[in-house]
Amino acid sequence: MDMFWDIVISALLVIGGVFGLVGSFGLVKLPDPMTRLHAPTKAATLGVGSILIASMVWFAAKQGHLTLHELMVTVFIFLTAPITAHFISKANIFRDWPADKLPRPAGEGDWAVHTADADTSQGELAVERETEAEEKAD
Amino acid sequence: MIRKILPHPYLTLTLTIVWLLLANAYTLNSLVFAILVGLVIPWLTAPYWPARPRIGNPVKILEYILVVIWDIIVANITVAKIVLFMPNSKLHPAWVSVPLDLVEPEAITVLAGTITMTPGTLTAELAADGHSLLVHCLHAPDADAVRDEIKTRYEARLKEIFE
Repeated sequence: MDMFWDIVISALLVIGGVFGLVGSFGLVKLPDPMTRLHAPTKAATLGVGSILIASMVWFAAKQGHLTLHELMVTVFIFLTAPITAHFISKANIFRDWPADKLPRPAGEGDWAVHTADADTSQGELAVERETEAEEKAD
Repeated sequence: MIRKILPHPYLTLTLTIVWLLLANAYTLNSLVFAILVGLVIPWLTAPYWPARPRIGNPVKILEYILVVIWDIIVANITVAKIVLFMPNSKLHPAWVSVPLDLVEPEAITVLAGTITMTPGTLTAELAADGHSLLVHCLHAPDADAVRDEIKTRYEARLKEIFE
């Protein structure tokens, strides 16, 4: 049984390492900044994911106690990585992609980067909800 | 009255669980502190966040998480193949504009995060009126197919969760 867990843990570590490597290689190989942004998301999901699962299996099977720290690492990566990617691409669009090179959004306006004083939180919904909250509080 | 003490009940629950997991010690001591954190933080931040999202169908959240995990695994392998074996000259990066039916800010945030975390697609920008997402695809010969997949696979499920 010990042997079995060894194999599972090693397999997970190797998978994690391979995807981390592919992600880093993608950073070097892909042609421009926007496509390069795709590489780290791969390393961050399956690469880090399998290493964290390996860590959980190791603690559960070998040390005999359950740790859930690793779940927290996953949650924090899933919360922070999309925001970082979003802001890097925002900066990139601002520098290199004028509005006529991009597809148009549905409706009247333009993308937030190309709009002065854009405030995406000022939808109708935000207003509607605030009044709803006030009514309930009364 | 209950709104004053618990402005965001889901946030209170989440913070309590997160604190317990971070402390990694399941004792009465850390439970008391976890509940304290869970009560004080939503109360302090309530002025900045007056309304709470409506969660319609909590069971669907589990289904959504499983679908996303499965897609992440499949897409990882596809993108790894593209990175390793496809020459850059054959690569077809594309911008896709995805019109949104979702209106809840929380739902749009979850959708944008999901698109970024599934390899091969990346949320790059939000329309100024908040009703479209600009998605960048690593390799998409057929941009319309990507848009339809995002709308049917993720957005339809999120609509069920948040309404």
